[in-house]
Amino acid sequence: MADLEKIMKEENIVYKKTKVLTDNVMHYCPGCSHGVVHKLIAEVIEELGIQDKTIGISPVGCSVFAYNYIDIDWQEAAHGRAPANATATKRLMPDKFVFSYQGDGDLASIGAAETLHACNRGENITMIFINNAMYGMTGGQMAPTTLVGMKTSTTPYGRNIDLNGYPMKMTEIVASLPGTCYVTRQSVHDAASVKRCKKAIKKGFENQAKKIGTSFIEITSTCNSGWKMPPVEANKWMEKHMFAYYPQGDLKDAERDNPDDYIKYIK
Amino acid sequence: MGELKLMKGNEVIAEAAIRCGCDGYFGYPITPQSEVMETLMARKPWETTGMVVLQAESEVASINMVYGGASCGKKVMTTSSSPGISLMQEGITYIAGAELPCLIMNCVRGGPGLGTIQPAQSDYFQACKGGGHGDYHLIVLAPSSVQEMNDFVNLGFELAFKYRNPAMILSDGAIGQMMEKVELADYKPRWTDEEIEKISGDWATTGKKANRKQHIITSLELDSEIMEKLNHKLQAKYKKMEEEEVRYEEIQCDDAEYIFVAYGSSARICQKSIQIAREKGIKVGLLRPITLYPFPTKPIQKLAEKVKGMLSVEMSAGQMVEDVRLAVNGKIPVEHFGRLGGIIPSPIEVVEALEQKIIGGK
Ligand code: SF4
Repeated sequence: MADLEKIMKEENIVYKKTKVLTDNVMHYCPGCSHGVVHKLIAEVIEELGIQDKTIGISPVGCSVFAYNYIDIDWQEAAHGRAPANATATKRLMPDKFVFSYQGDGDLASIGAAETLHACNRGENITMIFINNAMYGMTGGQMAPTTLVGMKTSTTPYGRNIDLNGYPMKMTEIVASLPGTCYVTRQSVHDAASVKRCKKAIKKGFENQAKKIGTSFIEITSTCNSGWKMPPVEANKWMEKHMFAYYPQGDLKDAERDNPDDYIKYIK
Repeated sequence: MGELKLMKGNEVIAEAAIRCGCDGYFGYPITPQSEVMETLMARKPWETTGMVVLQAESEVASINMVYGGASCGKKVMTTSSSPGISLMQEGITYIAGAELPCLIMNCVRGGPGLGTIQPAQSDYFQACKGGGHGDYHLIVLAPSSVQEMNDFVNLGFELAFKYRNPAMILSDGAIGQMMEKVELADYKPRWTDEEIEKISGDWATTGKKANRKQHIITSLELDSEIMEKLNHKLQAKYKKMEEEEVRYEEIQCDDAEYIFVAYGSSARICQKSIQIAREKGIKVGLLRPITLYPFPTKPIQKLAEKVKGMLSVEMSAGQMVEDVRLAVNGKIPVEHFGRLGGIIPSPIEVVEALEQKIIGGK
């Protein structure tokens, strides 16, 4: 005991939970990426010292309860509409930090219009996009991002292009929009990727202070329950299959297009 | 006396919004109410009062922008017309469920479907009985003049914040498009952050200060026991509105033997019908609900004790008439008269309907 007290000193701490994360027990399945991403966002908020200035917009999906875990003000949006909530919140309070947190069903399917238009307007917000190729909360149905051949409860024989269309690369679409400044695809399946992802999230928040456009961070993720795979196997499967279709890394790192470049068309 | 102007109903909504210190407008074009956003864009209030005006990509986005803005304790609004309001129902029920104040104006046009762009009153059910899913009500104000379009912007926000509940101005294509003299309100500054803190400081998402708990705006609760309690809380709020916020006008009811019940444009027509009927010796008066929810049930009950019959005049197939019948509870005959599909009834038609359906129907 005495030994332990000797060790338990501030200077010896190598890892601790940020205070921006609440003590609530997370409801996510073991191995799910949501928990890790929550932690990264909370750490970034703490490091930037913006806990009192950050408003999160949570989606409908497994992360609907994100507000139970990150200790900031939250709005729980209607399915797919988080970018609309975020747009108004940011425009009415331009000095706050506003981010949306959405899954693939929410962001790429029902909320595709809200996503594209918020990015096209170049809203000064950060959008976090968890892409696990699956509707998790409702029990593993096909999402727009589900890979071809992937079995889900609504594609029991595997996703079929004739029947279900192509897996949607939302992040590539968003990168093509002039309103975005930073578009990247990250993951949190190992220590190195967690570190990289945190840097990306931090950059996304810092961009808000610079007012240079929309930052869009896809985090290619696992859904162990939906995929019916234990955590380690799911990570391996993701690296092999998901990363092949959803290549990792930055797609865009700039500022939103210069508005002056657009006036020439009617001059 | 405030500034007097000759203005369109829709333009007045925009003008009144700026003058009452509205923080944000989010909308999408649709006939017959596009003048609201056009007027706002022309007025550029972001350069004067700091009001945000944004053309959204859809009505779905507009109402959810309103949801976001209202979550921050800001005075925010949207306007649309029937098909657009249908698209907004999801957002409206979330806003009602999360108990947020906001203002919505519906410049009603004939339906169903894409319908027509001509005026109608066929969205009464949608406005007063819920519209979206779940047990909730909007505060519904029915202007019958351009002046009331002006006045109800302020009143709508006032009631919305008093009850933390969405308020709707249920206008129609006629009220929105017609020009009348209007006395504009004086400019009120937008609320400062300190004022918002005072008014909505215990719930608005303005950023979690170190000395307080998180503010979470949500309509979600998976525990049925708690969800039932939340529903009871909403119902108690509606009951209070029913007790305290009923607004109506009685015109020539004192000696009346018959009553027209009509709101908005129909109430204007009924005033002429009263004149025509009285020239014929028929003593008829008008009860004009100003709040459609809460509905003036008690004043109608009272009138039912002394008159012989009531005619609910609406530009619909008969929607408000159900509430009139509920109030009257079988004591006297209650009938409906209305034209559909965007047709405004003539005052003579209304008198004839009274003669045929109520007086002759005895
Ligand atoms: S269902 Fe999938 S996304 Fe949802 S918590 Fe479980 S693993 Fe995570």
